[in-house]
Amino acid sequence: MSDDARAAMLARIRRAIADGAPRHGAHGVSAHDDAPALVRGVPLDAATCIARLVHRVEEYRAHVEVTTHDALPAAIAARVAMRGARTLVIPADLPVAWRPAGVALREDHALDVATLDAVDGVITGCRLAIAETGTIVLDGGAAQGRRAISLLPDWHCCVVFASQVVGDVPDAVRALAAAGSLSRPQTWISGPSATSDIELDRVEGVHGPRTLEVLVVRDARRQGAASSVIAAATGRPPASAA
Amino acid sequence: MTGIGTRPGRPLPRFEALAPARLDDAQLRRNLGKATATIRGKRQTVVDELPHWEALREEGRAAKAAVLAELDVRLEQLEARVRAAGGQVHWAPTAADATRIVGDIAARHAAREVIKVKSITTDEIRLNEALAARGIVATETDLAELIIQLAGEPSSHILVPAIHKNRSEIRELFVARLGQGDLTDEPRALAGAARRHLRAKFLSVPMAVSGANFAVAETGAVCVVESEGNGRMCLTLPRVLVTVMGIEKVVASWDDLGTMLQLLPRSSTGERMNPYTSIWTGVTPGDGPEEFHLVLLDNGRTQVLADSVGRQALQCIRCSACLNVCPVYERTGGHAYASVYPGPIGAILTPQLLGVEQADSLPYASTLCGACYDVCPVKINIPEVLVHLRGRAVERQAAGAGTHPYPRLERLAMRLAAWAFGSTTRYTLATRVARVALRLLGGGGAVTRLPGYGARWTAVRDLPPPPAQSFRDWWDART
Amino acid sequence: MRVALFITCFNDTLFPDTGKALVTVLERLGHVVDFPAAQTCCGQAHINTGYRRDAVPLMRRFVDVFAGAEAVVAPSASCAGTIRDLYPALANETGDASLAAAVRETGARTWEFTEFLVRRLGVTDVGAYFPHRVTYHPTCHSLRVLRVGDAPERLLRAVRGLDYVPLPQGDECCGFGGTFAVKNADTSVAMLGDKLRAVQATKAEVCVAADNSCLMHIGGALHRQRAGIRIAHIAQVLASTESERLA
Repeated sequence: MSDDARAAMLARIRRAIADGAPRHGAHGVSAHDDAPALVRGVPLDAATCIARLVHRVEEYRAHVEVTTHDALPAAIAARVAMRGARTLVIPADLPVAWRPAGVALREDHALDVATLDAVDGVITGCRLAIAETGTIVLDGGAAQGRRAISLLPDWHCCVVFASQVVGDVPDAVRALAAAGSLSRPQTWISGPSATSDIELDRVEGVHGPRTLEVLVVRDARRQGAASSVIAAATGRPPASAA
Repeated sequence: MTGIGTRPGRPLPRFEALAPARLDDAQLRRNLGKATATIRGKRQTVVDELPHWEALREEGRAAKAAVLAELDVRLEQLEARVRAAGGQVHWAPTAADATRIVGDIAARHAAREVIKVKSITTDEIRLNEALAARGIVATETDLAELIIQLAGEPSSHILVPAIHKNRSEIRELFVARLGQGDLTDEPRALAGAARRHLRAKFLSVPMAVSGANFAVAETGAVCVVESEGNGRMCLTLPRVLVTVMGIEKVVASWDDLGTMLQLLPRSSTGERMNPYTSIWTGVTPGDGPEEFHLVLLDNGRTQVLADSVGRQALQCIRCSACLNVCPVYERTGGHAYASVYPGPIGAILTPQLLGVEQADSLPYASTLCGACYDVCPVKINIPEVLVHLRGRAVERQAAGAGTHPYPRLERLAMRLAAWAFGSTTRYTLATRVARVALRLLGGGGAVTRLPGYGARWTAVRDLPPPPAQSFRDWWDART
Repeated sequence: MRVALFITCFNDTLFPDTGKALVTVLERLGHVVDFPAAQTCCGQAHINTGYRRDAVPLMRRFVDVFAGAEAVVAPSASCAGTIRDLYPALANETGDASLAAAVRETGARTWEFTEFLVRRLGVTDVGAYFPHRVTYHPTCHSLRVLRVGDAPERLLRAVRGLDYVPLPQGDECCGFGGTFAVKNADTSVAMLGDKLRAVQATKAEVCVAADNSCLMHIGGALHRQRAGIRIAHIAQVLASTESERLA
């Protein structure tokens, strides 16, 4: 029956569009291989890119802090202390330098949901961040873990390297493609969980983490690979190149 | 539940019959006026900050029009990619097919309860009722959907189904239905109540049902855009995920998805980006559901696609900007449209999905003011489609179908007017008769009372006294 | 320039003073005005109510009557909009390619009065004098179909003695909508109520617009409520001088 339904629907579609509207693509080929260039905003220089990311994330009422590679461990420790967190879940591949002392760290090796629900927070990296929209994108790659660990804990601390910051959404799409991320599970995060369902007014904090902290690492040490991927994908230098 | 949604073959109640009760509801008018004014302001701010907004709209329109023109190819491509990534794809020609497919999946897993991400498409097919008939409870997890599910009311807005309710009404509902007595009416407290209520379900229910905002043909990725994190919960934690998607939601490429992700949040909630966007492709071992089903729904969409003027309605990305600027929607609210798709987009989508004779008052539920077209992120020319559908409604009425209360009288009047305007002599005579009649009715002064349907005009308005001389007479006398 | 007036059936019958005002202003600016006598009605009400086929002969008639006119000028944004925005699709439906071409060509020569003055003639000061407090309601079809922009405001601001007050939420529809006002009378009245409050808030003596139809709706309620605010077509204000007040 399912095959019949499929054939019937496809036949109805073909009849419906038979009036000769132009058809563009072909099987298996990106629609934009020969498409005109995408509509773009004004490109941002590196410093503006970081500043805009910080401003935009702050506007979602997330905490943002710009730090350096050397100061990052202390910055993480300070945020954890301020939060008063005692147990944190971390991706198994979280860099050692990002792991704060003095709290119980649970590396995620398929922890059950009850455990994830009980911890005080989570520390992750990200694939990239989008300045224009104040968005961090997680794809389950290095230092990010699976989706559930950045979802159930109520506090999420995310480390972003300047070299991972792209200007806008089209840049992000090209960078994800270049990094081979398109088929990975992605979560685009713009501020803490929120709702506008009551009188269309945004309030923070429903089911996802109610507190989001973003630490932006200004210098690009050890992120050379990511930065060259982004530059190649977007045709623009990564934000830290200046 | 009303709506696309009323059982097949039964026409919707007429808009003008449903509107008055809503217009008289002062609380509803205040709630809607406040909410739509808020969102209009927010949208304008974030749209104005992009100097290339108009070019982006055109890019969005072009992308959607192109994918519709090759919909068969793109759906086959999407199907192949989803399957290659470990997902299962189902084709559902009708609502009944779709609900049966979802119910069968639930039955196979012995699921007694499913958690749901807000999805108008599943409202359209009345999935919750169909599951209930099989003993399966569908729990809505989006805050607004939860509110109306608890209240037992239909949705009144695409984005915010409970837009007709204010905070104190929501508080009373939560106190009564969730047993959370010490609640204030602060939105933050109300959101917290929803968080406590749903947490256990997220952690334990084995199956979720979602809609889809977009699906990318070139890789098989499916995208859900949300704010609260209930979507992430449903898309990540249960073992089984079923996504019901209208066939028009497919986009060709990731570039097109990027375009949509710039247009949608700014148009919808007036944000640069919504808090959470989930994008997944089939099944990822160790991360998220072990089983993924994608249900491709027709349910009238191919009928819309076959109309060369009306098909642009399928470009819709469900942002609801057209509702928020519509002066008619702002005053009547969503329930007057008797459909899960209210407002200007509903007025062109509902009649096309159901058959225009089933909903032939909706194309007339507009002054054709054009505010909807100006804000549409994918440039659907809603006034053009409204006028087109009025023409189709009249054709169906001439064939004896439809719900118009006096189709013959209207037809006669229109015919007569067209005949009179077909010659200068008849035109001059007819307009002279009109002026004389108005002079008699007004006793030489303003006309305060017209007979018949004209009484609807003079209920609140006078007509000025008719002039003694037409322009034409003046011109003739002048030369 | 030789200007062919399309006065519209509505203004011809009920608001002839509007047409006279057009003649006054255009002649004052030194143009030759023509009124092709065979004109009747554009068929807007037919098209917008769904009686498309009945409108086809009216469309053919319009195209014939105004063939060869250098410029067709109408005192109504919605009627000019019918020619430019609704006729092309209607002509395509007839399958008559020469009609479709003629419609497009006629549309390119058809103007609403205020946009004709500002865009085509490049005039904003038409030598008018009108010592009154005036607000302007931008009708939907002038704003969003013809996109006349700020042409009417620029004309009003150039009128000597005129105290121009912008209308709050001016771009929102007044609720007229042609047959909408009767088919959806209750909703129409709800929209009208908000428009009246905005008009009254301006404390204007006169409310003007580029369409007598919307004005009849607004003015009819102002009259019923004895609000003390009168309505006038913008052309009547532009035609007024020290020696002759026409609004």
